[in-house]
Formats: sequence, structure tokens, C-alpha cells
Amino acid sequence: MFHKIHPDMNLAELVEKLNLSIFSGKEALSKPVTGGYTSDLLSDVMGHAGPGQVWITLQTHKNVVAIASLKELSAIILVKGYKPDDEMLSQSIAERIPVLGTTLETFEITGRVFMLLNRDNSD
Amino acid sequence: MHFEYHVEGGNFSQAGFTSSQVKKTLKQLNVDGDVIRRTVIALYEAEVNIVAHAYKGKIAVDIDPEKISILLDDEGPGIPDIQKAMEVGYSTATPQVREMGFGAGMGLSNMKNNSDRLDIDSVVGKGTRVMIINYFNPTR
Repeated sequence: MFHKIHPDMNLAELVEKLNLSIFSGKEALSKPVTGGYTSDLLSDVMGHAGPGQVWITLQTHKNVVAIASLKELSAIILVKGYKPDDEMLSQSIAERIPVLGTTLETFEITGRVFMLLNRDNSD
Repeated sequence: MHFEYHVEGGNFSQAGFTSSQVKKTLKQLNVDGDVIRRTVIALYEAEVNIVAHAYKGKIAVDIDPEKISILLDDEGPGIPDIQKAMEVGYSTATPQVREMGFGAGMGLSNMKNNSDRLDIDSVVGKGTRVMIINYFNPTR
């Protein structure tokens, strides 16, 4: 959990700074980002992720969107060049949960998201 | 208020539908956000358990001014050792289900941690009944 979040951070800025690809949800990129959660276990995310966070995962199926929507997460970031399957893609459009992508591995993208969200912290 | 939903075993593309409907209803009723979040977590896990383990199930939701009561009743293999099943990390999910990121053995503990009352009754070879109750006034 981040202790200080850059107040102006939204998905559009995250996409730009981290050079993320956009699979869906272009129109929902003004959503604020409150933090991030990295996990491939759905019950872990269900139990512990918080509203407004971006979810970093390698899972590419529809249930990921269902959980993101129930938990009111801001977006999903797929790692290592993974692409959403067709059902995930259409569900993400219906639920207005952007699915973003990176070619980076989980460790690296998580670190970059963390650094970006905490860029004003000097400690 | 009373609602009923049917859940089909094995149909992961519908998993979470009931949870989403119940969440919408609780929001419309202006229920406390924390109670909604806890209820959604507990219900989603219970709903997914029917999809992952049972042949079919029925979910009955009752909402009165004090609480939400959810009864999930499935026809399925049942749980031989409920205490064991409650242990974090214990799961009998199939490899396919685990590959999707389900079946990590966290579902029942999520249910326990996010319900004010949780009762599980199971008959091996017949099915499982789960009752989740959450009160709207958390100080109760």
C-alpha cells in the first residue's frame, strides 16, 4: 500500500509515462489512480486490492474484469506482452475498465508504477 | 426484499454475476460502503465456489433493514472436511481452475473475514449450503 500518492495521477499519465499499450477503455483514462496491486491469484486481489488501484497481472480472461469491476479498480495492466482474450476485451468495454499492456515483466512494471506514484516522496 | 439467482457449475463466464447484482442493489439502498465491500468479497468467493466445484446452485438473498442474508445452496460433491477446507492454501480445485488464478485456497478465509456470520453445512455426495449474514450497522 502506498502511503503518499501523487494527487494528479490518472490513467492517461500512467499510460504516457510508462508507454503502455491500450487494448480497451481509451475513453476512461481520466480515472484517478490511487495505487497498485500486483497478483495473479484472483482471491488475493478480491480480498486485498483497494478501489482506484491498477491491477498488474498475467491473467488474460474475463473473470479478471469481473473482479476489477467488483473491487472498483481503475485499470488492468497485462505484463510481458500478454493480450486480453476476446471475452476479456468485450467485458472490459462493457464495464469501462481499461485493459492496458506492457512488454515489461511483472517485477519491472510494478517497480515503475510504484516509483511514478511515489515520485514526490523524498524518503 | 428477496432475490434468487441460479448458478451453473463450470460456467466461469457467468461467475460474479450475482455478486454484481447484489452490489448494485446495496448501493441503491445506500448501504455503508464498507459493508458493501465485505459482502461483495464474501459473496463472490461463495459464488465462484459453486462454479468451480458444484454442478449447479441457487443463491437466495434477503435484505431487511438490519442485515443482508445470503443462502447459497448447491448440488455438488460436498466438502468432506470443512475445517481442512477453511485452512489458507488448501484447495481441491482442478489444474485448469488454478491456471486461471482461482483455487489458491484463499476463498473460504476471504468469506470468513468478510462476513459477520458464516455457516457452512455440507453432505458429501449431495451438496453444500453456505449462509452469509452481514449487518448494516457495523457497531451492532
